[in-house]
Amino acid sequence: MITATPSIIGDLAVETDGLVKTFGATRAVDGVNLAIPRGSVYGVLGPNGAGKTTTIRILATLLRPDGGSARVLGHDVVREAAAVRRLVSLTGQFASVDADLTAEENLLLLGRLLGYSRRRARQRAGELLAAFGLTSAARHQAARLSGGMRRKLDLAASIIVAPDLLFLDEPTTGLDPGSRGALWEIVRDIVADGTTVLLTTQYLDEADKLADRIAIIDHGKVIAAGTRGELKGSAGSAGLRIRLLDPADRNRARELIADRQIIASDEPDPAVISARIPVQQRAGAPGQIAARALARLAGAGIGVSDFALGQPSLDEVFLALTGSHPAQAQPGQAQPGQAEPAPAQEAAR
Amino acid sequence: MTAISRHERPAPAGPVAASLAFAWRSLLKLKHVPEQLGDVIGIPVVFTLLFTYLFGRALAGSTHGYLQFLLPGTLALAVVLVTVYSGVTLNADLATGAFDRFRSLPVWRPAPILGALIGDIGRYLLAGAIVIGLGLAMGYRPAGGAAGVIAATALVVLFASALSWAWITLGLALRSPSAVMSAGFVILFPITFVSNVFTDPATMPGWLRGVSDANPMSHLVTATRALMAGTATAPQVLWPLAAAGALITVFAPLTVLLYQRK
Ligand SMILES: Nc1ncnc2c1ncn2[C@@H]1O[C@H](COP(=O)(O)OP(=O)(O)OP(=O)(O)O)[C@@H](O)[C@H]1O
Ligand SMILES: [Mg+2]
Repeated sequence: MITATPSIIGDLAVETDGLVKTFGATRAVDGVNLAIPRGSVYGVLGPNGAGKTTTIRILATLLRPDGGSARVLGHDVVREAAAVRRLVSLTGQFASVDADLTAEENLLLLGRLLGYSRRRARQRAGELLAAFGLTSAARHQAARLSGGMRRKLDLAASIIVAPDLLFLDEPTTGLDPGSRGALWEIVRDIVADGTTVLLTTQYLDEADKLADRIAIIDHGKVIAAGTRGELKGSAGSAGLRIRLLDPADRNRARELIADRQIIASDEPDPAVISARIPVQQRAGAPGQIAARALARLAGAGIGVSDFALGQPSLDEVFLALTGSHPAQAQPGQAQPGQAEPAPAQEAAR
Repeated sequence: MTAISRHERPAPAGPVAASLAFAWRSLLKLKHVPEQLGDVIGIPVVFTLLFTYLFGRALAGSTHGYLQFLLPGTLALAVVLVTVYSGVTLNADLATGAFDRFRSLPVWRPAPILGALIGDIGRYLLAGAIVIGLGLAMGYRPAGGAAGVIAATALVVLFASALSWAWITLGLALRSPSAVMSAGFVILFPITFVSNVFTDPATMPGWLRGVSDANPMSHLVTATRALMAGTATAPQVLWPLAAAGALITVFAPLTVLLYQRK
C-alpha cells in the first residue's frame, strides 16, 4: 500500500491539472486535480452526475478536455493520444461489448485488432473465457448473457492484452453480492499482475474493500482525496463504544462522558453506551478525547469492562463532504448530527 | 485463478487489417441478426415488381417492353436507396458502449467506419443481385450479356459506396437513427425520382427536364443502361465516376473530422 505521495512524474499513472469539460451550460468536470500512483487500485467516488464518467472518458482519450491538462502514464491525453491508447484499456459504465456478437466472437475481434494472429486470438479467448467461468457461454450472444456475465466478459475483453492502466467505470453496479465479490477477486488478480486500476463507483464498501487511495468528487470537483485512513480522519465522526461492568452506572457514566466534543447515547444493551466524536476539532484526535472520557469514568469509580474506538465509515465521510447519500446507504445509517455538510476538504494531491 | 494477464504486447493491427476485422464484425452481425437484411431485400423486390407491373402498360404499352427500359434504372435506384442504411446503422452503433471501446483501442481510428462500409458493400451487391435475378426471371434480357451486367453492377455499387459517405457524415452529425433515416430519404427521393429512372425526361416540362439532365442519378442510370445494353461510351461511364469521386472528396474527410471530434 502506498502511503507517501509520489513526486516523480514517472511514478504516476494519472496526473491531471485543472481538468475541465463542459457540455453547454453543464460543467461536468470543473477543475479536477488527480495524482494517481502506479500499481494500485484508485477509487473515484461520487454521487450521480458528479463527473466520474466524463473524467474517465477524457483520460481514455474519448473526449477532449476543454481546459487543463492530463497525463496518463507520462503521455499527454490530447497530444499523445495514440501512445495513451496503447497502454490503457476501458470498461465503460454501459456494457462495452458488442451485444450482437457471441462472447467468444467479441474476444476474437478484439484479439485480432490488438494484433494477435487468428490462432493466438482463439487461444487467448479460450483462456480468458475459462478464467472468467464463461466457457459454457462462449457461443451465446452477449445480449443474452446475464448482467454479471456480461460484466465479466467486458472485463475479460479489457485484459486480452494486459494494459498498464485499466479504467473500470462502475464495474459492479447492478450486480448481486456474489457476482460483485467475484468481480472484486478478478480485479485484485489483475492488479497483482501489475496493472494499475482506476475505478469509479457509487458504492462506498466497494471503494473501501478495493481501493488503496480514494478521491471523492462532486459537481465536477475533487473535494477530498487520500488513503482510506486519511479520508476517514478528515470528516465524519469516530464511534466509541463502552461496556460498563454495572448497568446501574449507565446514567451517571453517560453524563460524565458527554461534553462539548462527545455526543453520548444509550444502546439497546443496558450496559453499553455509544458516543460519537467528530474527527475534525481543536480539542485533539478522537483517541485523545476518548482517553480523557475514559479517565473521567475511572476517576468517578465506574468500572469499564471493555471499549472500542472505530474510525468513521467512508459512508459518513462521503455524507459529510457531499451532503448527499451514496447510492447504497440506507436512510437509517446516517447520524442526524452529521447531516450538515462540513467545509470541503481540499486534501487532494 | 492464476495468470489471467499476459505480458506480451503484440503490435496492434494496421489500418487494413483493422478495417477487415471490422468488416468481419459486420458479417457476424448479419449472421446473428439476419433481420437487418429486411430493407436490403425488400426495397429491390418491391421496386422491381411494383414499377414494372404498375407503370409498365401505362407508360410503355407493354410490361415486357418497359422492363427492358426500367430494369437498369431499378438496379441503380434500389442500390442507391439502400445506402441510407449505412448512416442509420452507424448512428445506432455509435451510441453503443462497444464503439467506445473500439475508439479507445490502439488502431487506426476510422477503421470501424471503413470496416462497416466494406460490410455495406456486400449488402449493395446483394441488393443488386436481387434486382437482376428478378428481372431475368421476369423476362429482362441484357444485350450487353454477362460482361455488361457485371460492369453495370460494379459501377452502381461503386457509386453507392461513394454516396454512403454522405450518409455516414449524417450518421455522425445527427442525434438518432430515425433522424438519419428521414433526412436521408428526404434528400434522396427528389434526387432519385427527378431523373430518367422511370421515364424519358423528354416528356418532362422544361425546367424539370433541366434538373433531371443535371442530376448525377440520371448520369448513373444512363451509364447503367448503356453498359447493360452493351453500348456504353467512355463519357457515359466517366460522368458517374466523377460524381462518385466528388462525393468521396467532400464527405470522407468530413466524416473523419466529425469522428475525431466526437
Ligand atoms: N454527452 C453529454 N452531453 C451533455 N451532458 C453530459 C454529457 N455527458 C455527461 N453530461 C453531464 O455531465 C454531468 C456529469 O456526467 P457524468 O456522466 O460524468 O457523471 P457520473 O459521475 O459518471 O454519474 P453516474 O454516477 O450517474 O454515472 C452530468 O450532469 C451529465 O448530465
Ligand atoms: Mg457515470
